[in-house]
Amino acid sequence: MADTNETLKQTPLHALHVSLGARMVPFSGYDMPVQYPAGILKEHLHTREKAGLFDVSHMGQAFLSGADPARALEKVTPADVVGLKPGMQRYGLLLNDQGTIKDDFMFSKLVGEDALYLVVNAGTKEGDFAYIAEKLKGIATLEPRPDRALLALQGPAAGAVLERHSPGIDKLTFMKVVRCTVADAPAIVSRSGYTGEDGFEISIEAIHAERVARALLGNPEVLPIGLGARDSLRLEAGLPLYGHDLDETVSPVEAGLAFALSKRRRKAADVPGAARILRELKDGPARLRVALKVEGAPAREGAQIADANGVGVGVVTSGGFSPTLGHPIAIGFAPPELATIGTALQVIVRGKAQPAQVVALPFVPHRYVRQA
Amino acid sequence: MRFTKDHEWVELDGDIATVGISAYAAEQLGDVVFVEVPDVGKTVKAGEGLAVVESVKAASDVYAPISGEVVEANGELGDAPETVNAVPESGGWFAKLKIADKAEYDALMDRDAYEAFLDTL
Repeated sequence: MADTNETLKQTPLHALHVSLGARMVPFSGYDMPVQYPAGILKEHLHTREKAGLFDVSHMGQAFLSGADPARALEKVTPADVVGLKPGMQRYGLLLNDQGTIKDDFMFSKLVGEDALYLVVNAGTKEGDFAYIAEKLKGIATLEPRPDRALLALQGPAAGAVLERHSPGIDKLTFMKVVRCTVADAPAIVSRSGYTGEDGFEISIEAIHAERVARALLGNPEVLPIGLGARDSLRLEAGLPLYGHDLDETVSPVEAGLAFALSKRRRKAADVPGAARILRELKDGPARLRVALKVEGAPAREGAQIADANGVGVGVVTSGGFSPTLGHPIAIGFAPPELATIGTALQVIVRGKAQPAQVVALPFVPHRYVRQA
Repeated sequence: MRFTKDHEWVELDGDIATVGISAYAAEQLGDVVFVEVPDVGKTVKAGEGLAVVESVKAASDVYAPISGEVVEANGELGDAPETVNAVPESGGWFAKLKIADKAEYDALMDRDAYEAFLDTL
């Protein structure tokens, strides 16, 4: 009965997860660790206090090459790709032609290399890669790299820990990327992540993954962290989760992600779905992503958001208990007039209305190590 | 103490049944962060929802293992939901029910039968 997962894919660290006593669950077609014996709460708090190692090898890595891959990528994202300097990483939205969100992703320009390095979400990677390849046909070539593993080392001790295995890496600052070695394995390392903490994402060839992961776990500060804590950490950091907070019904302006819309390209009106996006930037969107502090039971995805009079005004798209804050938090959508900080709303959990207040994002302050 | 296949336990003292979840269930749930206990006076039939227990990740229903009227709920779980993980089969109880039919209790699994059932999972 436990073995209904023979069709699930495995990351290069699958055997390691099992040997560490992880509870494995299906996620985006992969058999993934949702938690280790420490449990989600301890894993979460440990990441905020010291450092956690996450296997995110299920995510989609690819290189985009061609005569001008940056110019080409701008056909499917509203970001300033052309202006990205070598050695830098940036957050991007993959938009369809209507200007709604097919995925969110990271893109990097490595020093001395023409190709762009992309990381997209696991659940959407096949669709993303097909879409990008089709849209950029004849001008750029996308090369998916399923032969690469991806590790995330996150938390305040991440810099000191990684420095032991990759001397000099602690000089890298937030959203910078470099080719280097980690425990002697050739790696692409960026100083970024999905927890709101300082940390790194480490792309290595799959054949080195287990050895590098074991080397990092050998540091006393580091615990393995499962997908359960990954989700509660990113929720506290206010980072949207594709397929939940973002999908093809949501525009970047509604999602509060206007920072991912390049100023140059707004002026030129050349972003995908420019008509809708520019209209929403000018007149405001019909709804906005809001952060809620919830009293009572956790309000989870699908819970209704109501105004003070109990009238339904929106829905929770991500929600749960915040281990750092000790109370439930949620992300959802509400009309702009009810999206200002301090607005008293309600969430309906199991038929009962509970108080909820609009608060600022992130719920827990980011602690990125930025360039001085 | 008797058990259900949904991993609730029930302990009978006269016609008062104390209800909670098994150590196995508490371990499977992970860290409990919120418990919704029933109101006193609520009547439930065996198999109906009695309480809700929430971990960081998800909400799970706790079903009444036996029919009865809620005469007491464990209010301490409001401030200390982690009690469900610490002592699931004693201090982590959810509610006490005044039962009508002891035959429902007798039909449940004893500990040996429950442990044999766990071995099949």
